[in-house]
Amino acid sequence: MAELTVSVVSADAEVWTGAARQVVARTTEGEIGILAGHEPILAVLAAGEVRVLTPEGTTVTATADDGFLSVEHDRVTVVARNAQLA
Amino acid sequence: MGAQLRVYRQKIKSAQTTKKITRAMELISASRIQKAQQRVAASGPYSRAVTRAVSAVATYSNVDHILTTEPEKVTRAAVVLFTSDRGLAGAFSTNIVRESGELVARLTAEGKQVVYYVVGRKAAAYFAFRRRAAEKIWTGGTDRPEFATAQEIGRTLVEKFVQPEEEGGVNEIHIVYNRFVSVVTQVPEVVRLLPLEVVEGDEKPAPDEALPLYEFEPEAADVLDALLPVYIESRIFNAMLQSAASEHAARQRAMKSASDNADKLITDYTRLANNARQSEITQQISEIVGGADALSSAK
Repeated sequence: MAELTVSVVSADAEVWTGAARQVVARTTEGEIGILAGHEPILAVLAAGEVRVLTPEGTTVTATADDGFLSVEHDRVTVVARNAQLA
Repeated sequence: MGAQLRVYRQKIKSAQTTKKITRAMELISASRIQKAQQRVAASGPYSRAVTRAVSAVATYSNVDHILTTEPEKVTRAAVVLFTSDRGLAGAFSTNIVRESGELVARLTAEGKQVVYYVVGRKAAAYFAFRRRAAEKIWTGGTDRPEFATAQEIGRTLVEKFVQPEEEGGVNEIHIVYNRFVSVVTQVPEVVRLLPLEVVEGDEKPAPDEALPLYEFEPEAADVLDALLPVYIESRIFNAMLQSAASEHAARQRAMKSASDNADKLITDYTRLANNARQSEITQQISEIVGGADALSSAK
């Protein structure tokens, strides 16, 4: 299965970047799960955590609030003013 | 000791103390450039991601939003100047003031009224001296900008931007800052922040090409509303970081040439002092010889 390229960035640093199988984030509308081949989307994030499932099967959790999530061509970018690995 | 010689010695000493100060400032700035540069690099991904998202919305959606639409008539424009708090950095702040002068002349010629926003004590002093009114002034911490300051500036600008024109709102926002190219080059740059001008990253799709359907959550207009302040903030924060890095680089260069000049002064004055000492000795010898001659001929 194709992989996602994920990067989580905060205002002053790149928090995490790498490949992933699935990304789960909480937007203002509710939780959203993204797999490879997802349609392009731009969503506003609600306060909460972003879970990234890596191909090795481990989960990376990051807290992110005040930001947004963008997906295009299997590239997922989580942008938040304050983001850090939990 | 002769009066002339004493004057030279004083000048040498003064040049030496000045050199000590300028050398220290040079070293401090040199060590800070690195850190400032790293901060510019670290903020890169964020501003790139934000810019990409903004251009995606601007390119792929046809929502009418204040962020993306060009106003029909621009009556008022905001100009933000990023200068330093402290001087001794060569033409760092002067460049910005000059560059903004050109911009303002152009805007005024186009019939736009200009509202100033000023960052840095240097430009604030310039405005105060000329009794030119600035809408808002931020001072302190230009050499180590904080995100909170960028947020505050961003909030102020966005408020002004969304305000109706009749109540004093602006239709355009320009920023003037020193872009850090390398340690030896910093270019004063004028950028129009709003309405959006540069669409980086994404290529505009060909007219006959089907647009990839961007999904927005919640609604495109809401996403844009949320994006606008974030975009402004990130651009301003980036400008502040670049300006800080440029400030250190400019100061380091200015202080280096000051130290070099002090060195030159010291050599010059040492030569003159040596000359003065030698001529004093020569004069004393000739006086002694002359005196002895006079004594021996008087016998």
